[in-house]
Amino acid sequence: MNNSYQAVMARKNEIMKNSVGIDYTKYEYGTLAFDYEAMMNDCGNSLQQVREIQNHFGVGNTPLKECKNLTALARSVAKPGFGARIFIKDEALNDSGSFKARRASMACYQAKRLGFKGVIAATSGNYGAAVASQAAKHGLKCIIVQECYDSFGIGQPEIIEKARACEAYGAEVVQLSVGPELFYKFLLLLEETGYFNASLYTPYGIMGIESLGAELVEDCLKQTGQYPTAVVCTNAGGGNLTGTARGILKTTDHKIQIIGASVNLKGLHMASDIDFNKKSFTTGHTGFGLPFMINPDRSDVPRSAGRPLRYIDRYVTMNQGEVFFITEALAVLEGIERGPAGNTSLAAAFSLAQEMKEDDIIIVQETEYTSAGKHHQAQLAFARENGIDIHFGDPLDEIPGKTIVFPETVDLIHTQELDLDIIRKKYIQNQLTKSKSLTQDDLDFLVIETNTDIEFVLNELKQYDIHLEVEHE
Amino acid sequence: MIQKNAWVQIQKTILEPSQRATHLPEETKKVPLLMWVKGHLMEPADVGSSVKIKTLTGRIESGILVCENPSYMHTYGAFVPEILQIDQIVKTKLFGGDSDE
Repeated sequence: MNNSYQAVMARKNEIMKNSVGIDYTKYEYGTLAFDYEAMMNDCGNSLQQVREIQNHFGVGNTPLKECKNLTALARSVAKPGFGARIFIKDEALNDSGSFKARRASMACYQAKRLGFKGVIAATSGNYGAAVASQAAKHGLKCIIVQECYDSFGIGQPEIIEKARACEAYGAEVVQLSVGPELFYKFLLLLEETGYFNASLYTPYGIMGIESLGAELVEDCLKQTGQYPTAVVCTNAGGGNLTGTARGILKTTDHKIQIIGASVNLKGLHMASDIDFNKKSFTTGHTGFGLPFMINPDRSDVPRSAGRPLRYIDRYVTMNQGEVFFITEALAVLEGIERGPAGNTSLAAAFSLAQEMKEDDIIIVQETEYTSAGKHHQAQLAFARENGIDIHFGDPLDEIPGKTIVFPETVDLIHTQELDLDIIRKKYIQNQLTKSKSLTQDDLDFLVIETNTDIEFVLNELKQYDIHLEVEHE
Repeated sequence: MIQKNAWVQIQKTILEPSQRATHLPEETKKVPLLMWVKGHLMEPADVGSSVKIKTLTGRIESGILVCENPSYMHTYGAFVPEILQIDQIVKTKLFGGDSDE
């Protein structure tokens, strides 16, 4: 068999079909539309079944904790009467230390059910440890493929720690240097082993998070007697936000604002061998968040089940210095030591709470474990070794890859708003690269995908040379 | 000489610079795509030589022998004193000026 880069990439659809057991072409219609809900339903377990499976495998039911001191700190710089109660869903207490156990539990359950001997996941993040941990419970073999080192063999400490965690759970870890061709090795491994592709972006990877959305609503009602006003999700590939929002929608009709938060890594190229070790966050950042929101189908499956634009109400960014600052504050004010990436939404919530009334509730829907390599101390030390200037000042002056700026005073912690309409327009623009001739089905699809209305979509389409196969008044 | 069946790490070039994907930043395109993987050494060999290993999932991989018993050496890094300053900022704001006493 020809295993050249071009030949393997050319067979990717066939490899994918065999490795996830989903024929994605079945859901395609119109010229660019696809039936997302049908895909989710066909692969689906109901939310109740998901919860039963997760309960059986020791996943979920994590505590919701009120951060009273962080709330008080936010109120100390908010207008009188403002400063919502801040809660965290302590997902770090899952086996393997993050909410990713929820995603992995459903992928591994499905792999076992379908008779696969093993699972493979391409991930440098917590998901690797989660898949390894769940695979261990199911007696499945496991390979995790990581982008870990630059071309000098210098590893990002956080990713090295995750490799250790994967190996601790018995997985084989394949580590690569920087580059999107990781996908090529991933395809080769799927073909060589015949294992299940435990992608983050299959329906299994998303439905596993729906339980998190359901739990946080139920926990909040139980503990406070009221619904959360807003839920903040750290956003990278979009699956976390999608699954959480779907779980909330399946649990209550009460309107709860869904806010995405990412670390601002503007200016750093994700495929750059040099930039790779200049960033202090390996996930939850805009380098994934924006491209995946504009084109969710750029993931490792033909159609991603993570479709954040359908659910997101607001998208904000935080700077690295702010997230590290809040991570440290969580430790010394709340006595809870957690990993920095999951605290991106906590840093956002600290600022967002100040826009909300004191009797409002804002929930940060995840935390992650921390350790050598992952810890903010380790990341800051590594940044300093790589020539990043770390100092106090206004976080707005931070330049990703050059500086990390801690807020000099607490009132300098502020979310930066990303314009979702611009992202929606870019999403439409990207879809139009697939087809310039659209049917009514395609228009309806674009409306749902962008969570807008037909006027918004038609208005945007006016700017392009598009053939509409429908008449619109 | 590292013995047969020893636990080792190898390095392998997956793609030479000329074989890499298009649309990569220049600094990435000019270096090869490298892989590191661990497994049991199939024949005795010296560090730096071409070897075959059997990985944990039973796959055979070939590459250059890097080391025996590869260790986890990642740490919390050199202490970053600014972290203590963060503690002071938040504690003073919340509990008042004597929180360091």
